[in-house]
Amino acid sequence: MEGRLDVRKTYKLFIGGAFPRSESGRTYAVTDAKGRFLANASLASRKDARDAVLAARAAQGGWWSATAYNRGQILYRIAEMMEGRRAQFEDEIERAEGVSTRRAVAQVDACIDRWVWYAGWSDKIAQVLGSSNPVAGPYFNFSVPEPTGVVAAIAPQRPSLLGLVSVVAPIIVSGNTCVVIASAECPLPAITLAEVLATSDLPGGVVNVLTGAPGEIGPWLASHADVNALDLTGVVDDGVATEMAVAAAETITRVLPPPASPPDWSADPGLGRIRAFVETTTVWHPQGV
Amino acid sequence: MTFDYAPAPESRAVVDIASHYGLFIDGEFVETIDGTTFKTVNPATEEVLSEVTEAGAADVERAVKAARTAYKQTWSKMPGRERAKYLYRIARIIQERSRELAVLETLDNGKPIRESRDVDIPLVAAHFFYHAGWADKIAYAGYGDRAYGVAGQIIPWNFPLLMLAWKIAPALACGNTVVLKPAETTPLTALAFADICRQADLPPGVVNIVTGAGQTGRLLVESPGVDKVAFTGSTEVGRQIQRALAGTRKGLTLELGGKAANIVFDDAPVDEAIEGIVNGIFFNQGHVCCAGSRLLVQESVHDEVLDALKRRLATLRMGDPMDKNTDIGAINSFEQQSRIDDLVRAGEDEGADRWSAPCTIPERGWWFPPTVFTGVTQAHRIAREEIFGPVLSVLTFRTPDEAVEKANNTPFGLSAGVWSEKGSRILWMASRLRAGVVWANTFNRFDPASPFGGYKESGFGREGGRQGLAAYLKQEVV
Repeated sequence: MEGRLDVRKTYKLFIGGAFPRSESGRTYAVTDAKGRFLANASLASRKDARDAVLAARAAQGGWWSATAYNRGQILYRIAEMMEGRRAQFEDEIERAEGVSTRRAVAQVDACIDRWVWYAGWSDKIAQVLGSSNPVAGPYFNFSVPEPTGVVAAIAPQRPSLLGLVSVVAPIIVSGNTCVVIASAECPLPAITLAEVLATSDLPGGVVNVLTGAPGEIGPWLASHADVNALDLTGVVDDGVATEMAVAAAETITRVLPPPASPPDWSADPGLGRIRAFVETTTVWHPQGV
Repeated sequence: MTFDYAPAPESRAVVDIASHYGLFIDGEFVETIDGTTFKTVNPATEEVLSEVTEAGAADVERAVKAARTAYKQTWSKMPGRERAKYLYRIARIIQERSRELAVLETLDNGKPIRESRDVDIPLVAAHFFYHAGWADKIAYAGYGDRAYGVAGQIIPWNFPLLMLAWKIAPALACGNTVVLKPAETTPLTALAFADICRQADLPPGVVNIVTGAGQTGRLLVESPGVDKVAFTGSTEVGRQIQRALAGTRKGLTLELGGKAANIVFDDAPVDEAIEGIVNGIFFNQGHVCCAGSRLLVQESVHDEVLDALKRRLATLRMGDPMDKNTDIGAINSFEQQSRIDDLVRAGEDEGADRWSAPCTIPERGWWFPPTVFTGVTQAHRIAREEIFGPVLSVLTFRTPDEAVEKANNTPFGLSAGVWSEKGSRILWMASRLRAGVVWANTFNRFDPASPFGGYKESGFGREGGRQGLAAYLKQEVV
């Protein structure tokens, strides 16, 4: 509208279902692909990372004990909410990544479809990864996959939104909660996604989104004793990846290493990511009269 | 009138222990290039059983190279159905030589012959049979069919041959070749297994056994020719291995310590629960990573359970592991006995009440009587640290929620036990306990078809069952 000054959005962190600024008060300027100013994003600190882990831990018990059906419904709801706001996502991706409208649209399509794909997995994981085990004795024995717990993830730089969704959805679908560091270069779509998550019946704390420098806060997350697993998919610096993997060893934290070659994010994701963040519990019980 | 047991010693004549063993590399026993030797002793008598080689860096490299060559030239090209037949052969030979292996295990480890004969060795054979069947069906397991290549495997002393089977059988079934290092105090059954590989005509280099201590293990873990490391042992060493492999893209599975809760509700059948508690912590002298070392008993039945437990423990027979009537054998080493001593002293110092079964301790060897601590709090070291000995810490609870809370209040998560007649409660508990194995109204059961492994600092990866195959197949995550 000619002559009217638009109202800009303040992009903040997403922790425990709320949108706080970084406790450090720090921000960094986010620019578009041509270097023009877009917004000041929060530069998350070590303390923000700790708060996010606390929120993720607090949410884990409830999210895990929700029925798989319920988790699936909520993931599907996220897809529905994204569909309704797709124009905003397309616009943000186009500006942040400097890609064509067609590619931005394709990325948003893929994001929405990915939520739908993982939504459908929620009540099938145990059927595909679990088993009934024929032991040599009068026992009923079965194995079920259970969530590992709290997962800290580094989302890929590009594609900023599809990378984030592809990392987060398989973590939470099985009942884990997560702290994810969004693309440092293009963090704005991640925060807009957080607004979708906040209005999709996803309990606060299941997904916590930090913006900032993975090299700065990643190692703190890796060494945090209440983080059960690390997803290093978005770590591009081998030194940082190794530093984080070394820190993880202190409490035997599970580590999904960065991909050996750049992944094809449009490909069928398979079960690998879900499997990386579940544990198998095996239960024995005697049979008899 | 009292009845006494007459001695019932198992014959030692079935084993033939050489005075010296080299390393098993590329299908033959070879002398070391740059290693030394050490002695392995019978922990029940302190008698030296044999002199064994401590492999050096050049030895480990030679073994890894042999495994690599065997992988490239033979094993990876062999159809699964042929690999299966080798594993079946090995399983059969283990059955044929089972008595010899049981006696050898008891001599070197100190565990009662009744356990090595009735538990360890039958499970070893079963493990090879189970995995033999997978070798030509890997594609059906759901983890792809790409072997890693060379697996470096390190195992502990508590179930020497059984841990070897847990490592080698799935690795070979999935198409890997292996270099395995047995524990320094229990190398003899692994060396006997080397002979079994020869009797089975297993192609040279597919299985290599390098004996030694921690340094040999470190060399194996850090060898650039090793594609996958599998370790069973302490959390501390597991941590070092995970650190050493950080950033290398080698596969890793860890099966580490535990501090399992064995939870007894007031509706549990007491006699069965007592047997389960005894089996949970006093089986194998408590040298079991998944041992039920924390007894959580509902407050209302505390006294009844403890009285019955002490009565039962007083009937356990400790002594010569070769005697078929022995329940509690020797502690595996002087070092382990010292560690148990230290933690038991800490329990006393921190104010818990100690009760030990009235056992006669043999003059030679290393022993520890079945011991129960009551009045234990969650802050006590004996409630938090793995003792790896016949020592039970008793805590109480009032509600199922409190039982779950206390059971999960540990950095470990390997196993748990639940005793109750109420099915719904058992399933509720099982779904909330953060433990890889939950034994309900039973304890310490093992089967090759049943996945085993931990949560949190008890390690990652599973051994056994379909899920266990994932440890030996390379996964690409998209």
